[in-house]
Amino acid sequence: MAKTFAEKVLARAAGLAEVSSGQVVDVYPHLIMSHAASWRCIKTLEKLGTDKLYDVDRIAMVMDHNSPARTAKTADDQKLCRAFAEQKGIKKFYDIDAGIAHVVLIEDGYVRPGMVLIGTDSHTTIYGALGAAGTGVGFSEVTAAWVSGFLWMRVPDSIKVVINGPLARGTTAKDVMLKLIGDLTADGATYCSVEFHGSYLQGLSVSERMTLCNLAMELGCKFAYVPPDAVTRVYLSERGVGPGDYQEIHPDPDATYIRTVVIEGAQLEPQIACPHTVDNVKPIGAVAGKKVDQVFIGSCTNAKYEDLAQAAAILKGHKVAPGVRLIVTPASKKILERIIKEGIYSTFLESGALLTNPGCGACAGDGGSMADGEVTLSTANRNFQGRMGSYSAEIYLGSPLVAAATAIRGVITDPREFLSKEG
Amino acid sequence: MMGGVCIKFGDSVNTDVIIPGRYLVSIDPVELAKHAFEPLGPEIQGQLRRSQIIVAGSNFGCGSAREQAASCLVGAGIKAVIAKSFARVFFRNSINTGLLAIVCPEAVDAIADGGELAIDMATGAVTVGDKTFHFDPYPESLQSIIDAGGLIPYVAKHVLSAGEVRKNG
Repeated sequence: MAKTFAEKVLARAAGLAEVSSGQVVDVYPHLIMSHAASWRCIKTLEKLGTDKLYDVDRIAMVMDHNSPARTAKTADDQKLCRAFAEQKGIKKFYDIDAGIAHVVLIEDGYVRPGMVLIGTDSHTTIYGALGAAGTGVGFSEVTAAWVSGFLWMRVPDSIKVVINGPLARGTTAKDVMLKLIGDLTADGATYCSVEFHGSYLQGLSVSERMTLCNLAMELGCKFAYVPPDAVTRVYLSERGVGPGDYQEIHPDPDATYIRTVVIEGAQLEPQIACPHTVDNVKPIGAVAGKKVDQVFIGSCTNAKYEDLAQAAAILKGHKVAPGVRLIVTPASKKILERIIKEGIYSTFLESGALLTNPGCGACAGDGGSMADGEVTLSTANRNFQGRMGSYSAEIYLGSPLVAAATAIRGVITDPREFLSKEG
Repeated sequence: MMGGVCIKFGDSVNTDVIIPGRYLVSIDPVELAKHAFEPLGPEIQGQLRRSQIIVAGSNFGCGSAREQAASCLVGAGIKAVIAKSFARVFFRNSINTGLLAIVCPEAVDAIADGGELAIDMATGAVTVGDKTFHFDPYPESLQSIIDAGGLIPYVAKHVLSAGEVRKNG
């Protein structure tokens, strides 16, 4: 019987010949990620009263959400993680300098096609960018998987999203996803695996694939997936990961999908998610002119090298509007190194931006808080009430292009005003 | 059988409203409960304290994977959440923290904010006044986690005591 990506990847990770959607199976994830929540897992392990770990090499820990520590409590939590990693010999331990877990693990070649990964973060779906199945779980579940090696999973139904490219001028993977989330709503793919297909994917960068799979979580999905191809293989080989190090999984052409959605990239406009839900999406024309107090370019969604380069290309030669705060938080240390080397860092500084250390930063409420009634245009993935400071503040979400254009004008701005006709 | 007074919410109540990220420095359910639903104001928080059941529309608990979104409700004395649908991570976190998460859209429509209801997990029934609505009982694997009081006690009882865990690729 023809199988989807989800059915194939879960069969393999459960050690079964085949599984079908709806079936509940015990799955052995290849990588178990915990971020700022790691200390909660360690405390839970203590409560469990065992120090036995199933496979220490499957554990990755990244200190990304509150770094560097701003309170003694957080410092203490991070100290616990550091000591635990040392004691257990966890090689994939990343301290406060590394950046956002998702981006760091992909950059370092730990995420490979055909893997199943769980993490203490909802946006673990991002690993689908390299043809892997990633999903978010709570800290107790990570602790249990550390010990037992497995967790139960229901094999999800699958939704096929066909994106016909190329995209219209001034639009990006962010706009594709905001349009999709607006159309399907925040529970449009709850418990489903979202497979991306279509001509847009041909030659598409891993960075944009990460944006697709990261934001797919805002549809409520369990997994997101881009079929591995030449781009995937080159990206991995640049990280010393050869074809013998992984097994690609591709869905059968006649697999069953509960829904197929087609997006025509040529008709796309820049999209904005308005407060306070990610599915409250409007084309930019409907919100252009809205005054902002702050612009945040950051997060696992849109603070990768390509995102920062795109934003800087618009900002070059311009100044941030008076009274507006532009905060730029590179997703990882490697990205920070590259933007320094290529002069992008200086472009941001000259425009009037504040650059912070790599990590989750303002997206996770760590810095960049807003006062009552203030407005931020953010490149992140969530605009929930109270996520960035005051409960009466508002967050609008858009692409790095929108963020740069908005920072210059001080009001939500269509980036096409700054792009050449060809661009 | 269990039951009590309910507090009723609409659709798409997200994790950041249930427990704002700034309070995730704690994992103590009772401490977390002080800040549950803080963005909605003290009146809602007071009503939460007087309730045993949360009734909600679709996609309850959407957003973050934070387990505290479920455990803070346990700390506030909530025994069950009955919703039209749940976000998948919230559903898992509920089961894992011993909080009942029940999908029963008809019961949600039938009950008013502050009303009383009763739940029978064995038969999969919610009773509101003289009306009874049915839901699919949990599969045995999930029910055994609930019966143990959550995932960690379950692992202690069933996985660690089972000795050597099997190896798998």
